[in-house]
Amino acid sequence: MQQAFSAKNICRKYADIICRSAMATLITPISGWGRYPVQTCELERPERYADLRPDTDSVIARGQGRSYGDAALNEHGRVLLTERVNRLLEFDVAKGCLRAEAGTTLAEILDVIVPMGWFLPVTPGTKFVSLGGCVAADIHGKNHHHEGSFGDHVLSMELILADGSRVICSPSEKPELFWATVGGMGLTGIIGEVTIKLIPVQSALMKVHHHAAVDLAQLFRIMQDPDLDDRYTVAWLDSMATGKNIGRGVVMCGHHVAAEDVPDHFHGDIKPAHRLSIPFNFPAFALNRFNISAFNARYYKKEGGRRYPFLCNYDSYFYPLDAIAQWNRMYGKHGFLQYQCVIPDAASFDGIRTLLEELSGSRRPSFLAVLKRLGPQGRGLLSFPLSGYTLSLDLPIRNNGLLELLNKLDEIVLQLGGRVYLAKDARLSTESFRAMYPRYTEWLAIKNAVDPQNRFSSSLSRRVGIGGSAI
Amino acid sequence: MRLFPVSGKFALTRKLMEPREREEVLILGATSAIARATAAAFAARGDTLYLASRDEEELRRIAADLRLRYAVEVHHGLFDAEAIDTHEAFLASVLKAMPNLSGVVVAFGYLGDQRAMRDFSAGAKIIAANFTGAASILSRCANQFEQLHNGFIIGISSVAGERGRQSNYVYGSAKGALSLYLQGLRNRLYPSTVRVITVKPGFVDTAMTYGMPGLFLVASPQYIGERIVRSLDKSADVIYLPWFWRYIMLVIKFIPESVFKRMKL
Repeated sequence: MQQAFSAKNICRKYADIICRSAMATLITPISGWGRYPVQTCELERPERYADLRPDTDSVIARGQGRSYGDAALNEHGRVLLTERVNRLLEFDVAKGCLRAEAGTTLAEILDVIVPMGWFLPVTPGTKFVSLGGCVAADIHGKNHHHEGSFGDHVLSMELILADGSRVICSPSEKPELFWATVGGMGLTGIIGEVTIKLIPVQSALMKVHHHAAVDLAQLFRIMQDPDLDDRYTVAWLDSMATGKNIGRGVVMCGHHVAAEDVPDHFHGDIKPAHRLSIPFNFPAFALNRFNISAFNARYYKKEGGRRYPFLCNYDSYFYPLDAIAQWNRMYGKHGFLQYQCVIPDAASFDGIRTLLEELSGSRRPSFLAVLKRLGPQGRGLLSFPLSGYTLSLDLPIRNNGLLELLNKLDEIVLQLGGRVYLAKDARLSTESFRAMYPRYTEWLAIKNAVDPQNRFSSSLSRRVGIGGSAI
Repeated sequence: MRLFPVSGKFALTRKLMEPREREEVLILGATSAIARATAAAFAARGDTLYLASRDEEELRRIAADLRLRYAVEVHHGLFDAEAIDTHEAFLASVLKAMPNLSGVVVAFGYLGDQRAMRDFSAGAKIIAANFTGAASILSRCANQFEQLHNGFIIGISSVAGERGRQSNYVYGSAKGALSLYLQGLRNRLYPSTVRVITVKPGFVDTAMTYGMPGLFLVASPQYIGERIVRSLDKSADVIYLPWFWRYIMLVIKFIPESVFKRMKL
C-alpha cells in the first residue's frame, strides 16, 4: 500500500495519463448542439486515419457535435472526435464524385467544389457538420421531395467495424450494412471515408422567391402548388402566431442560378456577410414571448413582403444561421430542445395544425419553427424521412412541463403515423421509438451481426433501446 | 528617413518585402498537426511541397488533401529521423523530385514520457528523434543551400528548451540543443543568404498535448502554421508562438538558479 502512494508512483501514473504518446484522452462534460443533456464522456481525438478504431469498451464517433441531443454523447464511455480526420482524398471533376474522410465538414467541401461548378446534392441548414454525421443521421435538405436524403447520394463508404477491420459498403456491395449505416446514428461502426455524387451548378448564386401566407391553409396551398414549388422549398413559420393566424409564415423557394442569368455586378462577389458571434450564454429572460413575437412579426413583414424573386449567394439561402457563430448560446445556459417530427401526407394539414395549436396553447416561446416537405421514405432502416411534412421547433428549456408537452406531441405524431428525428432528439422513449421506427428490428438484426458486443453505443442508443444496455 | 532600411547593404534581411516566388519546400515530420497546418499555409501560397514522415498512409492522405484544396504539386516520401544513415539517400530522392528545393521545415518531434528521466534507453530515443535526427538532416540541407546561396531552414523547437525543468528536461534538453544548433547554423549561413528561423511554440492543441491537465493559452495548429509561413516575410530569427511566450520565457529565464532549483515546474 505504501508503494502505491509513493510520489514516484503517482508521478508515473500521472505521466501515463497525460503523456501516452499514442493517444491521450480528455474526460470532460460535453453536450450536443442543444446544450442539453450535458454528460461526462471520455474524449479521444485521433489525428491519423489508422487511429479511428474501436476499443473494447463502448465508443461512439462524433464529428462536429451538431446533432442536438445525445446522439454523439456516450455517458461514462468513449467519444471519438473525428474533427482532425478531415482530408479530402479524391475529386473527379468531370463526374462530380468526391471521396473524403468522414471528419471533413460540408463547409470545407463547398470551398473546394463550388468554384469547380459542383454543389452538395443534399445540404442541411448548417454547413458546419461532418460528412460522417450527414451519413449517420441520413440528413435531408430543402429538396427532399425531389432528390431524397443524403444517403441516396452516397456512392460508397468505408466503415471501421467492431473488430477494427475496414470494409467498403455501397448500395451494391454489402447493401444491408450500407442501409443500416445510412441513418444508423454511427452504431454499426465508425464511418471512415465517404464517396458522394455531387450535383452540377453553374454559379454560386441562388434565385429565391418568397411567398407570404396569412395562415396554415394558405401556407399548405403554396407548398402544394406545383407551379410555385422549386428545387428547394422551405417555410418559416411564425411560431408565436395564435388563433386564426396560426401557421402564418413565409415559403422560401429557390434554385441554383444558371450562368447566363448571373448579372454582371455579382461576378466575384460570393463571400458571405460578416460573421457575428454570441460570446456568452444569454440570460433566461433575453428570449421571451414578447420579443420573439415582435421579432417574428417584423421578420414576417420583411421577408414576406419581398414580392419579387431575388438573387443571393448560396450561403445566405442555405445557411442563414451560420452567420452567427454559437447561436445556440442565445437559449441560455440550460440549452434547448429541438423537436422535429414528420406527419404523413394524408394527415399532414390537420396534424401540423394540431401540433401548432398545442404549442401555442402551452404559451411556450419557440424561437424558430420550420416546415419542409419530405418525399418518399428511403432505404435507410432508421432514416427519418417519410412522405409528408416535417415541422421543427426550437424550444428553450426553462421551467418544467416541457417534457410533458413533448410527450403529448409524440402521441399526436404517433397517432398520425409520423415519427421524430433522432438527430435532434434528446428525450424520446424506447416505446415511442419502436412504434415510430418499425424497421428497427431489421436494423437490430444487422447491428447484432456486425457488432455483437455492442462496442458502438451512445447515450441515444441506450435511451431508445438500440444497442448497449441501459446504465 | 528610414532607420531600418529594407533593402541595400544594411538591410535587416535581404528577403524582406520582396514578393516570394513559388518555392519548393520540404516538410519533415509532415503528419503532425503543426506540420499539416504549416504545409497548408505554404500550399495556400502556391508552393510545391515534399511531405516526409514515417507513416506512408497518412502522407498519402495529407498529400491528396493539399492537392485538392490548394491545387498545388505535392510529393511525399518516407523519412525516419532516427535512421541517420538513410538521410543522404533521402535528400537525394527529394532533390530528384524537386530540383529547386529552396526550403526545409523540421517539424518532427517526440515528447516521450516521464520514464525517460530514470530510464535512459527511453531518453535516448527522445534525444535521437528531436536532436540527433534533426541535426543530421539539417546539416545535409545546409550544405545544399549554402552551395546554392539561397534557401531557408525553419526548425520547430520548443519553449521547453529554454530552461531545464524536472517535469520534462529530457525533451527540453533535446529541443534546447536543437535551438542552439539552429543558432549556429544561422551564423554560418548568413553570408550565403540562407535564412534560418527557430520557431518556439508554447502549448499547441495537438495530439501531443490533448487531454493534458494544466494547459493554458493553447494555440491552434492553424495559427502556428500561418505564423510560421508568415515569418518568412519578416526579419525575425527566433519566433515565439504565440508572441507572449517570449515574455513568459523571459521571466522564467530570469529566475536565479538558486531559486529555480527549489521550484516544482
